Amino acid sequence: MNSTLVRTENIGKTFSSVPVLQNINIEIRRGEILGVIGENGAGKSTLMKILSGIYTPSSGSVLFEGKKVEIRKPIDAKRIGISIIPQEFNLINDLSVYDNIFLGSELVQKSRLLNKGLMKARTTELLKELEVTIPPEARIEGLSAAQKQMVEICKALAFDSKLLIMDEPTTMLTQYEIEVLFRLMRRLRDRGLTIVYISHKLKEVKAICDRVLILRDGELIDDRPIAEITPPQMAERMVGRALNQVFPSKNRPEDHVVLEVKNVTVPGVLSNISFQVRRGEILGFAGLVGAGRTEIAETLIGIRKASAGEIAFEGRAAEIRRMEDAVQHGLSYLSEDRQGSGVITGFTVTQNTTLVSLPRYSGAAFGLIAKKKEKESAGRYQKMFNIKTPSLDARLENLSGGNQQKVSLSKSLDTLPRILIADEPTRGIDVLAKTEIYQLIHSLAEQGIACLFISSELEEIIGMCHRVIVMKDGAITGILEGEQINEAEIMFYATGIRETRS
Amino acid sequence: MVTLLQRLRRFDFSKYGALFALVVLFVLSAILSPYFLQHQNLVNILRQVSYTGIIALGMTFVIIAGGIDLSVGSMVAIVGAILVVTINWLLPVLPGELLVIILVAVLALLLGFAGGIMNGFLVTKGKIAPFIVTLGTMAIFRSLTLYFGNAGEFRSKSEMFGNFGMGNLLYIPIPVWVMLILAALMNIVLNSTRYGRYICAVGSNSRVAMFSAINIDRVRLFTYVITGVVVGVSSFLLTARFNAVSSTNVGMGFELDAIAAVIIGGTTLSGGRGTIWGTVMGAVILGIINNMLNMVGISPYLQGTVKGLVIIGAVYIQRQRA
Repeated sequence: MNSTLVRTENIGKTFSSVPVLQNINIEIRRGEILGVIGENGAGKSTLMKILSGIYTPSSGSVLFEGKKVEIRKPIDAKRIGISIIPQEFNLINDLSVYDNIFLGSELVQKSRLLNKGLMKARTTELLKELEVTIPPEARIEGLSAAQKQMVEICKALAFDSKLLIMDEPTTMLTQYEIEVLFRLMRRLRDRGLTIVYISHKLKEVKAICDRVLILRDGELIDDRPIAEITPPQMAERMVGRALNQVFPSKNRPEDHVVLEVKNVTVPGVLSNISFQVRRGEILGFAGLVGAGRTEIAETLIGIRKASAGEIAFEGRAAEIRRMEDAVQHGLSYLSEDRQGSGVITGFTVTQNTTLVSLPRYSGAAFGLIAKKKEKESAGRYQKMFNIKTPSLDARLENLSGGNQQKVSLSKSLDTLPRILIADEPTRGIDVLAKTEIYQLIHSLAEQGIACLFISSELEEIIGMCHRVIVMKDGAITGILEGEQINEAEIMFYATGIRETRS
Repeated sequence: MVTLLQRLRRFDFSKYGALFALVVLFVLSAILSPYFLQHQNLVNILRQVSYTGIIALGMTFVIIAGGIDLSVGSMVAIVGAILVVTINWLLPVLPGELLVIILVAVLALLLGFAGGIMNGFLVTKGKIAPFIVTLGTMAIFRSLTLYFGNAGEFRSKSEMFGNFGMGNLLYIPIPVWVMLILAALMNIVLNSTRYGRYICAVGSNSRVAMFSAINIDRVRLFTYVITGVVVGVSSFLLTARFNAVSSTNVGMGFELDAIAAVIIGGTTLSGGRGTIWGTVMGAVILGIINNMLNMVGISPYLQGTVKGLVIIGAVYIQRQRA
């Protein structure tokens, strides 16, 4: 009884010869809400970006209403009736609601001036249809996340969309707002709109979708009506894969606690966070994007301010007002955003290596830097980490991502830390460099350094960590040890199926 | 031929471009005018260049750290005015004229320091864009000078002060010595101290700097303070030279000359990278151009046009490299 709206035939996509999607054959039926789930990097977003014209496929074709279509640019997708609401809203804060809805497709009068009256009227109509009470003249800046979501939906519907793709639409919404959104989605579906719903939150997928597609490592591995599958089964299907033996065997951490976090709360970001980490321990932080893992790191290094709670190093409570204080206490941070906050690409290998530890080489701020000593240190890390660079005086922009990451790690270690926070240390680097980074972190643990290991790749969390803290919505939902550390168990806690407040 | 082109392309203009331009300009000027190479002329060029050159040294730090300081010219005027008033007030009170001059020299440094702190605090603690802050203080300093001077001249009564301003040491004017010594010191600060490294880090990527436990506000604040102090030095020397301060003229356009010297010297306006000696050469290049235009009889009104073309040309060449 359902007719097919979109069909893909053998869609594939490779990025610099790495396949991220292979032979995807899917069918999207008219008037359904279709869930698409998978781990980070499974290819969900890539597939949706192909449908919405942000990427073009490397192979295969897309059929829309039975006809083969070429979607080369977002405007092509819009024209045939496919709209996407990205995770990061695509709205201009300084403009009004109606300006945003008609952005790029403004209605004009005969005189070529903007027909503001008609745009406002049309917006009012749309908002009324959606039963949303936002004034059309309101500026986006003043709206809540849920209201912005509604504006995005209006924007999609203003141009007679037949297919609406929503990428993680609920990450920024409260429970009540999610219910409102779901009611609206059902209403739109009943009027004949087709919705693709991408989410990590499996319970929500179960609640709202009619059918679910499961992707893993760029392949479609399951396609079934929602009634036939439970959230735990979804989690298992998402991650069911053998682990590769790329991880070093785990050492035994010591008993001595080097860092203790007690009931730390950052309003709106973290709630009641407590954990301990011991000498030589690798403590994993798992969770979905936005669960609050990086925010814990940022709080520990003084970039975010805790409103309550205590951070104690070696049993003594410390006040961390800025990054310098954290470094004083032996904490070091390896940033997830290598070029944004990790290394200075215009600086040389040596200059980057000693950027945090520079006081050790110079004494007073206007004291001379011991450049020979500085270079010796950089040389030592170059040998130890096998950093491939033309010379120690080469600027970082001339190094590959993996080698830049090793320099970033050198920089974090040259402060001689007792605790290292490694935030997504293997993001965007190739497999070989990844394995080397694992070895390095392992050897640090053997030397007694405590490591907070934040990662979105479950495989490395499982392969590396002694204990794993799982987070969801800024809170710790579970602390796993030993046998409990497996992908399904982590997924249960990360998606909120299971919860043991510690 | 191809290799020559390739070599030219690989030639690091931001490092040696200013030196190259300086040599070409020097030779060209020597050919165009027989008077150019005369000792007195060369000394004059250096003296003229030194007052803005000293300021440009501080400006180099500000620009490398990603800021700008438009207030330097007006600050020269207001500091100079206060110096003259102080001299005239202290002369009858204190026993020795030399003592007065020494006290006034210290005062110049303090006033510059205060002006720099003011700019720096507004930029870092007030979180106002440097362009806006210093545009504001530029207007304020100039206006106060005009008001208290009734748009006229502050004239010093100390003869010794005026003599000092005209003075030479080993045939070279005192301000030129001051510029060279300051340049040598600041070159060391920029290249060999922690603070210098931090200035480059902050200007290059302030977020990385923050995540590297660098107090970026303090680093930025200090660049304005250093600039304020060198403005104080420059103002002291310039006021001594004329033994007076004209509230309407003194320091006019210094900010542009200083910024131009920094840019011609190879420092990028977006910050992160630059050299002190490049700035000195940039200042001398501007001085030679003015001198040559005078010598070959081109209207002084056209000097601005040439200066403008040189600035745009210098940045254009740097852009091609990037």
